[in-house]
Amino acid sequence: MEAAINDKVWSILAAIMDPEIPVLSIVDLGIVRSIELNNQQLTISITPTYSGCPAMDIISMQVKMSLLNAGFELPIIKQKLSPVWTTDWITNYGKQQLKAYGIAPPIGKSFDGAYLEDIIVPCPQCNSTNTLLISQFGSTSCKALFKCLDCMEPFDYFKCH
Amino acid sequence: MEHEIFMLNRIEFLLHLADNALIIGHRNSEWCAHGPALEQDIAISNIALDYIGQARNFYQHAAFLINELPHESSVFSIPATEDTLAYLRDASAFKNHLMTELPNGDWAFTTLRIFFFSSYQYFLYQQLIQHEDAQIAAIAEKSLKEVTYHLRWSSDWVIRLGDGTTESYQRMNTAINALWPYTQELFQENNFLQPTKNILAQIQTDWNEKIKNIFEEAGLHLPEKSVQYQGGTKGFHTEHLPIILTEMQLLQRVYPNCEW
Repeated sequence: MEAAINDKVWSILAAIMDPEIPVLSIVDLGIVRSIELNNQQLTISITPTYSGCPAMDIISMQVKMSLLNAGFELPIIKQKLSPVWTTDWITNYGKQQLKAYGIAPPIGKSFDGAYLEDIIVPCPQCNSTNTLLISQFGSTSCKALFKCLDCMEPFDYFKCH
Repeated sequence: MEHEIFMLNRIEFLLHLADNALIIGHRNSEWCAHGPALEQDIAISNIALDYIGQARNFYQHAAFLINELPHESSVFSIPATEDTLAYLRDASAFKNHLMTELPNGDWAFTTLRIFFFSSYQYFLYQQLIQHEDAQIAAIAEKSLKEVTYHLRWSSDWVIRLGDGTTESYQRMNTAINALWPYTQELFQENNFLQPTKNILAQIQTDWNEKIKNIFEEAGLHLPEKSVQYQGGTKGFHTEHLPIILTEMQLLQRVYPNCEW
């Protein structure tokens, strides 16, 4: 594929935000696996974050719409399960964006065995490490619920996966 | 012919995995907006969502294999999709374990069932990561990450209720007596599980160890002897499955091919 087209597609994808976390692009989330161009037919492979994540259908739709708007033919969106998506694929920039948005980014490597109870998650508001796990499950599949015992604000933690 | 039988067995195995996830997912989803506390309501709804997602992945792969079958040998309506497999099969075609279809009961029953079942899935998926079908291996690897959270959460509840008040202890014991008769079916062999024969024994050993450890921490005991029910994987279900399916499939049955 021509480098120019390749760059263009990546920059279009980098402007598509996760519908649940509108500051995190799908590229920074690390779910775009590959872009292929075959006889004008563009194929984008994306990897779902969680099996039941309803955002995947919306993201597929957004990718199609954005590329159509940019003058590409209707792309094929492939969902690719393997290799499995992990939070390690979130870019550093993505992690900064998460924190600025008020969601504590994942700490440590994907499944290094640490229990949520055992890790210290700094509060994204006041940076205090005096925080407490409220629930392993949060407002979406990818998050757990914490609260800060200093500023007393509850916050979401993007859990390692 | 041999290859077709092999593929039919694989499809049945996939449907079995999918049905298990769909039915227990549906049961958990019944808690949505009824959980004992907001955080737990969110937790069990998330777990339900994970299960439905796993079911979708397995149904999609089953549908793909069904559509590849030679027409004359297909016992399925074609083209199959994840939706036709979930919404247009009768109770006798479902291959889920009986445990998954039992009504929710109280919070002790619900969390104990998730504990028993996610322990089973936890060890099963670890084995399936090695599966020769790359897609089954990929789904297992993906699902295992989710199940790890389900297992931690449900273990916590078993310990909390077992080691809690007199009432919570009693309720957990009642749940153990009610659910235990459905546990050994998880390790029962049958035709489509044949290729997994050797791994079932290993899963059972790991499962027993896990249950023993958590029960010990919770101050709970296994029932000494108990009747054991089976038949789910062969399509012989309790009266509860048709009731779930009636509700779940109503729209597609009444308005075929309806979309929104």
